[in-house]
Amino acid sequence: MASTSVKSAYHAGIRDGAPFMLVIAPFAMLFGVLATEAGLSVFETLSFSVVVIAGAAQFTALQLMAEEAPTLVVLASALAVNLRMAMYSASLTPHIGGAPLLQRAIAAYFTVDQSYAVSVTKYEAAPDMSPQEKIAYFFGTVTPVCPLWWIFTLIGALVGEAIPASFALDFAVPITFLAIVAPALRTRAHIGAAITAAFLSLLLFSVPFNLGILLAGMGGMMVGARIEAMTEEATS
Amino acid sequence: MIDKTELWIVIIGLGIGSFALRFAFTGLVGDRQLPIWLMRHLRYTAVGILPAIIAPAVLWPAATNGDFDIPRVSAAIITLTLGLIWKNVVGSIIGGGATLYILQFLLS
Repeated sequence: MASTSVKSAYHAGIRDGAPFMLVIAPFAMLFGVLATEAGLSVFETLSFSVVVIAGAAQFTALQLMAEEAPTLVVLASALAVNLRMAMYSASLTPHIGGAPLLQRAIAAYFTVDQSYAVSVTKYEAAPDMSPQEKIAYFFGTVTPVCPLWWIFTLIGALVGEAIPASFALDFAVPITFLAIVAPALRTRAHIGAAITAAFLSLLLFSVPFNLGILLAGMGGMMVGARIEAMTEEATS
Repeated sequence: MIDKTELWIVIIGLGIGSFALRFAFTGLVGDRQLPIWLMRHLRYTAVGILPAIIAPAVLWPAATNGDFDIPRVSAAIITLTLGLIWKNVVGSIIGGGATLYILQFLLS
């Protein structure tokens, strides 16, 4: 009995994760192309996607390395982009925190925007799922998404090797980030955070080592958090 | 050109750091609740850091040695507008990219 319900939870996860394949494939391919255009080999590009498995952070690191920012700043900025993973981890914990350590470690590696968003929505809609079903569902959502991230990074890298480096791809990262940020501007707090960060970043452009980006991002976060707190006080 | 040693430090460091962030709570903290103020700040990391990277890259692109560039700024505006209205990431990227190439072709 239990094993069939776990299996069907896994299959339900695959179904709910599948629509993201349409987003992940071109996105991974873009990373592969840009990384090889920036001078990375196919092996280095694929390693990047397998080891890090986080789109926005990978694009950030690539952009800053191309701008010759110091290594520490590259790492700090890309990790700052990934801070949201800690939030995902925290909000998944009540649901899958009871699973065995090895499963939790594997789940942690596969905690990405898509698997988190789909799983948390499901757990809230179906609170009577057992812990085994929840973790199986989580791995289901990962199955169509994450292998595609690796495979299409590889395809992109192979394509990128074939394209001449003079193709004006320098602007692909800013365009990609704009396309990611725009739908995320759902509330006044998100909009306030984004506008603050953009303005601060322009003001702090001359700060050495590209540190202005990190400072501006932190300023944006603080404004977002402040607006959220004020909105909550106003409505409660 | 990206230095190979730096590249591998970034790949491995980012891999370890990202895993640590993802494992921090699921793996180590258990099911204790995080302080509200911390969750509140973490929610705005993406909409904070990404615009900070975008803004100077749009207005002062490295490819033009920092000169204001009409095709790039137009492409940015189109991408943002498409994303705000349509909420389709891949569609917005294609729209912005098309704008960039068409204007570069027309203005060259």
